[in-house]
Amino acid sequence: MCLAIPGKIIELLDDNLAMIDVSGVRRKVNISLIKHENVNVNDWVLIHVGFAMNKISEEQAKEQLQLLAEIGEEQEALAEVKGYQFE
Amino acid sequence: MKMRFVDEFRNPELIRKTLDEIERIIEPNDHFRIMEACGGHTYSIFHFGLQELLPKNIEFIHGPGCPVCVLPPGRVDEGLEIASKNSDVIFTAFGDVMRVPGKKGSPLNYKAMGTDVRMIYSPLDALNIAMKNPDKKVILFAIGFETTAPSTAITVLKAKEMDIDNFFVYSNHVKIVPVLKSILDQPNMRIDGFIGPGHASVIIGAHPYEIIAKEYKKPVVISGFEPLDLLQSILMLIKQLKNGESKVEIQYKRVVMEEGNVSALEIMNQVFEDRPAFEWRGLGAIQNSALKLRPEFAKWDAEVQFNVEKITIEENKDAQCGEVLKGMLKPNQCKLFGKVCTPDNPVGALMVSSEGACATYYNHLYSTMSL
Amino acid sequence: MLKEKIAFREPTIQLAHGAGGKASRRLIEGLLAPYLNVSELNDAAYVQIDQAQIAFTADSFVVNPLRFPGGSIGELAINGTVNDLAMGGAKPLAIVATFIIEAGLETEILEAEIKAMHEAAEKANVAIVGGDTKVVEHQKADKLFITTAGIGLVDSRVNLSAGRVKQGDKIILSGPIGDHGITILFARGELDLEADIKSDTRAVWPFVSKLIDAAAPGLKWMRDPTRGGMATALNELARDAKVAIMLEEEAIQVNPEVRGACEILGLDPMHIANEGQFIAVVSEEYADAALKAIQQVPGGEQAAIIGEVLESDRHIVLSRSSYGGTRAIDMLVGDPLPRIC
Repeated sequence: MCLAIPGKIIELLDDNLAMIDVSGVRRKVNISLIKHENVNVNDWVLIHVGFAMNKISEEQAKEQLQLLAEIGEEQEALAEVKGYQFE
Repeated sequence: MKMRFVDEFRNPELIRKTLDEIERIIEPNDHFRIMEACGGHTYSIFHFGLQELLPKNIEFIHGPGCPVCVLPPGRVDEGLEIASKNSDVIFTAFGDVMRVPGKKGSPLNYKAMGTDVRMIYSPLDALNIAMKNPDKKVILFAIGFETTAPSTAITVLKAKEMDIDNFFVYSNHVKIVPVLKSILDQPNMRIDGFIGPGHASVIIGAHPYEIIAKEYKKPVVISGFEPLDLLQSILMLIKQLKNGESKVEIQYKRVVMEEGNVSALEIMNQVFEDRPAFEWRGLGAIQNSALKLRPEFAKWDAEVQFNVEKITIEENKDAQCGEVLKGMLKPNQCKLFGKVCTPDNPVGALMVSSEGACATYYNHLYSTMSL
Repeated sequence: MLKEKIAFREPTIQLAHGAGGKASRRLIEGLLAPYLNVSELNDAAYVQIDQAQIAFTADSFVVNPLRFPGGSIGELAINGTVNDLAMGGAKPLAIVATFIIEAGLETEILEAEIKAMHEAAEKANVAIVGGDTKVVEHQKADKLFITTAGIGLVDSRVNLSAGRVKQGDKIILSGPIGDHGITILFARGELDLEADIKSDTRAVWPFVSKLIDAAAPGLKWMRDPTRGGMATALNELARDAKVAIMLEEEAIQVNPEVRGACEILGLDPMHIANEGQFIAVVSEEYADAALKAIQQVPGGEQAAIIGEVLESDRHIVLSRSSYGGTRAIDMLVGDPLPRIC
């Protein structure tokens, strides 16, 4: 159910196939399931049993990491404000 | 060399930060029972040692999202029997299935005894074997949730397109939401929230889980598989629980979209339809929880083309696979765990599959800081 | 005779019994060892001949395919035998090899292998002094099986025994893991995968020799993690020495392509066979000197201290990640199988 890994498209081939690269390992993957999206070389996709299931959004990945990096900052800011003892 | 979209989500500082935030929000009297539906999440939690790092207020109830574990006993035998009785039949399946114990042995045992059993890495491999062996009949023992069904569907469509008549699918594809509902319907079932399967959701999206949030009032957070994904999902779940909310949220936004993969769903529905009922190990018959090929694809349906004798196996009376699958028992609470049933000598599939709760527990039983 | 008794109750011998994991251990300890004259199960046996201690080992090679990137069955046979002797702290001296050949095998294949063995032996500074040949009917052997026996002279400065291993000892690994097993998997051609991966097969005596020079008094145990991988070798250490082992995940090197292949297939590099690496357990006092000695031999640059020995009732192997999560590393039952779930 669950083992799917990110890979980068390095070449588009015939017959709904693409050559992808995972850390230097190359594999032909079927892209029938994501044909409707605009698939290009250098896109990153999620691969499961030899099929690309979806494109990976770099933007969303960055956003998520950013959210996590900001955890605690709100608390720190609050703590600092409390420290000023405005009341 | 870093692996993109993997290593960033194993960042030690961010992991620490997220853990600290979880600790900050949790109060001493909190006790949250969270079900991680998917076997891959069970695997990740233990593989990354998260169960130790999280506060004890969080209890994981291991879900039934392991497509091999939930197969009714006898199902693998039915497939193997076709191959062992007919020398022109090749039985193909993913590695996960190869050691599942059947009545007369696992697929690997059958292979050692001469049955043509081959391990594949993609449904397309089975089709290729059929093309290369026109005088043989190739059965694809297809397993997996909605994650894998679209790929099997494409393979069947290809077989149709290329007019290949010696390729057959023995479908054991199952659906995740019906089984989660079935678990919630069990009496004495206390689950506070769900970590939703990440990859099945790439296909089905977030909408199917709405029923769990709206009718059963349990929050669902669809999660990725890296440590940061799981920790962020747990954080999101706890926040909802603390606020008395029950929504479906997507944590795994980089690949899961609200509507899922519409194209993949269409393809899946083109080839498959719901079975009225399917017998799940330990959970009994659940309606509309499994997939079979539509009548127009009967030509490639192994259950139609072969005389499959239904095999029911008497399970070891002391085996508590069902209760573990339902989350009523932890693996190490099963009478047979570690004594009679071990990865070496598995009684049920939960001890065979690397994402089965029992195998995970067994392999990590000693993974504690205090030696 | 072995002290602990493990019963072997299976009615037939299966593939899993040869995979190097738990099933193999049961077969060897339960069925075979009780009839042998052994007190400890090691890579090589010690035989005393007057004043000299000779290391004596036997090995068999049934790899498919016969040739693969980085080597062939012949090279494996020589290097594998040399390495077993090296693991016993012995300078390899002589090897005899037997061939079991399937009728119909092309002559050029056999010739290529004997040539490869000759070259590997020259490189390893060991003599192939004899052997035997048998030809069996078509389909009674898978093209070519090679078995070897080797002898070496044990360095009098070493005292290797699992019993000497204790709390605080460091574990040194000679280089990156997983290359050989993944190469073989790819070379079988069943996977639609390509990568620049080759077998790491090589003789490790040059490293061991320098290790002994630098750290003999602190050197306690060695093993080469072949079939069954690091997981098997380390669990055997934990069980035989009655200790626990804590590894630092980040210190264990895995080449990027091997890692990629393992991720794709759902395999753990810790379970994959290696043919050119070894593990050495060295006292804390001598660990740095031992490591430097290995690193200074060409090919040893990636050697590292990957963990340490802990006293414990539980004879297990744990691995700690960079963020502090620990996981247990257990032996597999049989061969590692790729998964999709």
